[in-house]
Amino acid sequence: MSDTAVKPINEVTPQVSGNPKAASALEDRLAAITMPDAGFSADARADAMARLRAMGLPAPRDEYWRYTDPRAFNAPRPAALRFDANGAESPLFTGRDKLTLVFVDGAFDEAASDDLSLEGIEITTLAKADAAGDHWSADLYGQLELAGQTPVKRPFAALNTAVAHDGLLIRVTGKPSKPVHVLYRRGADDADAVWHHVIRVEAGAEMTLLESGMAGARSNGMLEVDLADGAKLHHIAAKRAVDPKVGLSHIFARVGAEAQLKSFTLAVNGTLMRNEGAIDMVGDDAVAHIAAAVLGDGDNGSFHHDDTVFITHGAQRGESRQVFKKVLKNGATGVFQGKILVKPGAQKTDGYQISQALLLDENSQFLAKPELEIYADDVKCSHGSTTGAIDEEALFYLRSRGVPHDRAIVFLVLSFLADALSEVEDDDLRDDINDRLEAWLTTRPQI
Amino acid sequence: MLKINNLHVKLEEEDKQILKGLSLEVPAGEVHAIMGPNGSGKSTLSYVLSGRDGYEVTDGEATLDGEDLLDMDPEVRAAAGLFLAFQYPVEIPGVGNMTFLRTAVNAQRKARGEVELTAGEFLKEVRAKAAELQISPEMLKRPVNVGFSGGEKKRNEILQMAMLQPRMCIMDETDSGLDVDAMRLVSEGVNALRSPDRSFLVITHYQRLLDHIKPDVVHIMSNGRIIKSGGPELALEVEHNGYGDLLAEAD
Repeated sequence: MSDTAVKPINEVTPQVSGNPKAASALEDRLAAITMPDAGFSADARADAMARLRAMGLPAPRDEYWRYTDPRAFNAPRPAALRFDANGAESPLFTGRDKLTLVFVDGAFDEAASDDLSLEGIEITTLAKADAAGDHWSADLYGQLELAGQTPVKRPFAALNTAVAHDGLLIRVTGKPSKPVHVLYRRGADDADAVWHHVIRVEAGAEMTLLESGMAGARSNGMLEVDLADGAKLHHIAAKRAVDPKVGLSHIFARVGAEAQLKSFTLAVNGTLMRNEGAIDMVGDDAVAHIAAAVLGDGDNGSFHHDDTVFITHGAQRGESRQVFKKVLKNGATGVFQGKILVKPGAQKTDGYQISQALLLDENSQFLAKPELEIYADDVKCSHGSTTGAIDEEALFYLRSRGVPHDRAIVFLVLSFLADALSEVEDDDLRDDINDRLEAWLTTRPQI
Repeated sequence: MLKINNLHVKLEEEDKQILKGLSLEVPAGEVHAIMGPNGSGKSTLSYVLSGRDGYEVTDGEATLDGEDLLDMDPEVRAAAGLFLAFQYPVEIPGVGNMTFLRTAVNAQRKARGEVELTAGEFLKEVRAKAAELQISPEMLKRPVNVGFSGGEKKRNEILQMAMLQPRMCIMDETDSGLDVDAMRLVSEGVNALRSPDRSFLVITHYQRLLDHIKPDVVHIMSNGRIIKSGGPELALEVEHNGYGDLLAEAD
């Protein structure tokens, strides 16, 4: 278990559990990174680096990395990836009124982005804030990441806090008229992209955050979210990887009283992805929904998609939902590690967790570890995990009406994903995602 | 229209013969009923004709307008004009009833080389036909059969039949689970579809459905074969006396 107390750097030895080999692997990893010029975030970064050195990089035998081999994340440099300038842009959010902010390999591209001003919301970038010295987010940067290190070690989250050069620092004070869209683009063949966003939604304020595209040959993204009482964040991420890629993403959130966090991720192909969520429901009547719809084809290289979610109920009458649906074929692997922790006193908690895989062939696999840990006596918590094939009865029903076999499979895949998609609140956006998935599945009948 | 000759069918997974030399012919424009005790193979016949997996034809043939049905995929049979109204219509969450139906109609039209219906044309037609079957616009928008009552599911089957305009309709115990009013609605829907170039094969346990959908011929099926065929009076005989006499006679 990690030690969450802040230690001065000079008290931390750069040794990992007495294993010099592991320590040197971490030092090799760090040596390949150009450190940012930290300003306001310097203390948080130094703390994160000290914690990272104390915990070391994950080893394949670590319980939390049992189903996902960490070596590609541990390597000092990512394997170079051919850069296709036309490759990765998802058409998903086109045609919507939005504020688009572009990041190239994890660095903000001001020229390609919309103007940052939007009523009800303050946006600056991490690099600019660091250069300026002081910033309101000093109380948050790395702090939610730190809170998420208990009770499970998350070395790459600490690494992110320590070394991220750029990101968005967003403070929401009202109800902005349009969503903020973060568009990730690739720049160099071998970029190792790291970015760190901090979002603070003040009491009663709300925003919609859209994310799409891909960055780097390898990426490590962080979203720290602090929701004050009654605040709302609706987050929709579309990871539609055309090229193979290795990616890590994190969402570390603190949800205040009557606040709502709703996060939905669509992932279509890719190589190796791990998404870690650590959601702390600290206020009464808080709501947190984390959902994903994943389509993976191992034919693209190898497909391995890991969702690791930890939701902590620390107050009363909280409602949490984890809805994860994965469609896998051609040797693809899906992983789900999901936990609901209900702390003493978190009465009337309503916790729900479902993880399901639809295997389109016999070569694919789904590895799931659903967990409940409950220390309150008046709660409603349930979890379920299933792995199955296409329902032959439904397939025959559709075909008997004249729907061709491949088209019927598309219907059944969409049917399987429907529960996850229903977590997208905006009807138009949900229909749009459904239509685009349908088109993608139809023109690419191999999935 | 539909010709079945000496059909032998076993389960694929186990060595169990279900149909044992069944022969039957339904000419164009006629309604034929099949009655028979539980386990006589009625549902198997409907599944084999519509192409469900899990059955192996060991002998005999079945043709629709002279074309070999048994070699076709289910969707090809559908485009050729075959329709099975399911005893237990399947629920498909997340797929809209209208989307499904429009896809089916247009897939069949495409397979037959006909022009596909536009969204507007389809909508106009489906709304009119749904109204006749007392299917609300709200039901059309819901996912296929999800949250439908037993009666609503069966009406939805008839709506599909009305939209797809098949030439050969097989109805597998469509009356099961229906109350009197639903049975009348379903029967009216079927009767409205009767025409000189469309035929029906109605599988049922009960004579009462045949009061509404009047058959030209009634077949009694037992142990994988048709053991007796006759007029509508045969159904009344079963209703009054059960199958005992007929089975004894066949032996």
